[in-house]
Amino acid sequence: MQIRKARTGIQGLDEITDGGLPAGRPTLVCGGAGSGKTLLATSFLVNGVKFGDPGVLMTFEENGDEIASDVASLGFDLPALVDAGKLFIDYVRVERSEIEETGEYDLEGLFVRLDHAIRSVGAKRIVLDTIESLFSGLANANILRAELRRLFRWLKDKELTAVITAERGEGTLTRQGLEEYVSDAVILLDHRVNEQVSTRRLRVVKYRGSHHGTNEYPFLIDRNGLSVLPVTSLGLEHEASGERISSGVRALDQMLGGEGYFRGSTVLISGTAGTGKTSLAAHFADAACRRGERVLYFLFEESPNQLVRNMRSIGIDLQPWVDTGLLIFKAERPSSAGLESHLAAMYQQVRDYQPSVTIVDAVTNLLTVGTQNDVRAMLMRVIDYLKVSGVTGLFSSLTSAGSSYEGTEAGISSLMDTWIVVTIDEVERERLRSLRILKSRGMAHSNHVHGFEITDNGFKLADRRA
Amino acid sequence: MAPLGEDFVLRLYVAGQTPKCLRAFANLKKICEQYLTNRYRIEMIDLLEDPGLARGDQILAVPTLVRRMPTPVKKIIGDLSNTQRVLAGLEVPVGAA
Repeated sequence: MQIRKARTGIQGLDEITDGGLPAGRPTLVCGGAGSGKTLLATSFLVNGVKFGDPGVLMTFEENGDEIASDVASLGFDLPALVDAGKLFIDYVRVERSEIEETGEYDLEGLFVRLDHAIRSVGAKRIVLDTIESLFSGLANANILRAELRRLFRWLKDKELTAVITAERGEGTLTRQGLEEYVSDAVILLDHRVNEQVSTRRLRVVKYRGSHHGTNEYPFLIDRNGLSVLPVTSLGLEHEASGERISSGVRALDQMLGGEGYFRGSTVLISGTAGTGKTSLAAHFADAACRRGERVLYFLFEESPNQLVRNMRSIGIDLQPWVDTGLLIFKAERPSSAGLESHLAAMYQQVRDYQPSVTIVDAVTNLLTVGTQNDVRAMLMRVIDYLKVSGVTGLFSSLTSAGSSYEGTEAGISSLMDTWIVVTIDEVERERLRSLRILKSRGMAHSNHVHGFEITDNGFKLADRRA
Repeated sequence: MAPLGEDFVLRLYVAGQTPKCLRAFANLKKICEQYLTNRYRIEMIDLLEDPGLARGDQILAVPTLVRRMPTPVKKIIGDLSNTQRVLAGLEVPVGAA
């Protein structure tokens, strides 16, 4: 039986969890300080109100005003929800120094408060953030554990969809072993800083009775709130188009079985500096725009103006396409953000602009902000997303001089359907450009090395064979 | 002996007539009579009847005894079975009776 789900409304999280958190059951959200637990929990509540579920926020660490101001920058207006009777915030403060313990007690007071809060707004969702704080406030851990066990059972009996946040422990999911009590679903948040670039990740550790993505997913906190990027292989189920589209260079189309690339496929163009990678990309962009299709062009090395000017010198005029809006450049320094942020930005722009062609020039620039493995993982996500969306992707890759291209691009080439290598050789004081297709899945293609020139009219294949 | 007034305003939070709560009240009564003769007032609050009152004094555990006067506010949780700890918690010097 498929269990009921309560949508979180958090972009991406509902996809990973196949619909949301288990409805009527508690979910544990654990992570270190600053990992985004409170934000995730608050989003779950605020979005819940939008879906018609009133909520209760019981906070143990920050008071209501503090939380409200923390999330105000994300566009959440907690006081308004409280005034509207859709949200009840109760700040529970336990100060050990003010409390003397003598004899038996229980936490009925907590239950009374919760019950009162739940009734006040008719809550369907509840957040306890972070209930572990009680361990530092109360001396008798045995009573506390027994009462927490009772509490989680009580929440289940009331069929509340609950999010319980907890601090990550050393070698355990939570410092106080709350995973022992809350075992329906566990989400782990992680915040790492590598080489001054911060990366947030989310993983669904456990989800009883439901399919869920098991990878670590990058997530972002920006002015739109929290979003998880599930742009990774949840399956390889995208449609493979049989349609062919021109590379923009007729002779290259000839080499590619006479018809060009497959629509929706991925193309890698690699070569050392100055070999003509960007020219090939520009030809492709130009051809797409001529067909009236939209092109999204990510640029990491030069400004759009510079690129347009340079391409004009070889007879490709991109400016009209920029003017009509068919061609959109997104130029950014690779170091301006972490990989995950680049990924998120690309994902959002592809989603918003809905291009039929996306160009990334050059993917190797991203290696300055991540390791080869990270970049590969990120590209895999981008490619998956492009493929699912039916977008044709063209990626240029800079091979460092002297190294073998097979080595440099070994990581990413396997993700590509078509791999074209452009090279320059010095032969008798002449610089000879050549191009060859290392692979092109699903089509008969030329296995020769073709010489070419870049002329005032763009790429021209020379009719010679090396 | 003239009453000295209510130096100690004590509020006992309970949740229904549970054995723990009844025990706490009995213990408190005894301690007050012995050590705070004529100087105290006990207010009982049953949270099952007034759940909204739990927030004000930050009540979590039941029973909780709150010393509202004299200030600062002090809290003692439990059934108050250890007289010495209750007195320490209320800051009543032993021998003041």
